[in-house]
Amino acid sequence: MVEWIDFERDTIVDIFSKMQYEVVGPEALARCLIVYPWTQRYFGNFGNLYNAAAISGNPMVAKHGTTILHGLDRAVKNMDDIKSTYAELSVLHSEKLHVDPDNFKLLSDCLTIEVAAQLGNDFTGEVQAAFQKFLAVVVSSLGRQYH
Amino acid sequence: MTTLTAKDKDAVRTFWANVSGKEEDIGSDAVARMLAVYPQTKTYFSHWKDLSPSSPSARKHGITVMKGVADAVSKIDDLKGGLLTLSELHAFTLRVDPANFKIISHCLLVVLSIKFPNDFTPEVHVALDKFLAALALALAEKYR
Repeated sequence: MVEWIDFERDTIVDIFSKMQYEVVGPEALARCLIVYPWTQRYFGNFGNLYNAAAISGNPMVAKHGTTILHGLDRAVKNMDDIKSTYAELSVLHSEKLHVDPDNFKLLSDCLTIEVAAQLGNDFTGEVQAAFQKFLAVVVSSLGRQYH
Repeated sequence: MTTLTAKDKDAVRTFWANVSGKEEDIGSDAVARMLAVYPQTKTYFSHWKDLSPSSPSARKHGITVMKGVADAVSKIDDLKGGLLTLSELHAFTLRVDPANFKIISHCLLVVLSIKFPNDFTPEVHVALDKFLAALALALAEKYR
């Protein structure tokens, strides 16, 4: 069981209540595909991913980025049991999507950087620690059902 | 590991012009975040009186680290050769586990994202990420 202190809970709820999903989601996924180009292997049917401009302007990337970010909402609402919240999604990523779980960390780092840009100085070291802890639990849960 | 292309080096040098003059704040913020977000890194600083992210020791160390990064930017065409002495320091004296280089690099990128939200584009990000990885590799050169 993951232990959360009040500051951490409040911080996560606060970040997601202010989240601009349609901006941050697309930018985080685009950044991941640009900075770690091997992640493009999972998006063969997304059309033009030939360069950074194409990726940033790709509507399928944008839509999927928003979807992924909204996918975190359930974890925000169930912080005390993120593991079971994502059990099915973990099976999906393993058995159907065949995503190497190392990629979850890459996307999570890009998301951290996008949220940092959004929140500016409000993204203090303590806030960053809480956010990264939350993402680490999500990442761990998503990798849990792989075998 | 990949080598830095001319485009990567240009992107790093161009972006670094933004950093000029702000090195101290950026460096200390990066080290402060490292200590806050990755508490295991504090194990390298047991000799400090105050291990809190906002301590004078942490600030001073952030400045030191950032000077090293800035130096590496100036030696971007030959990181291995240019950072030989620093590598020996890290290998024989400091013996910092190279996994930690990824940690401080990530924290530095977060600070840059906060300070330069418009300039820290994905293209600049990838060039800097490659540069910091190459820097880490050069630092670990003398380890074994």
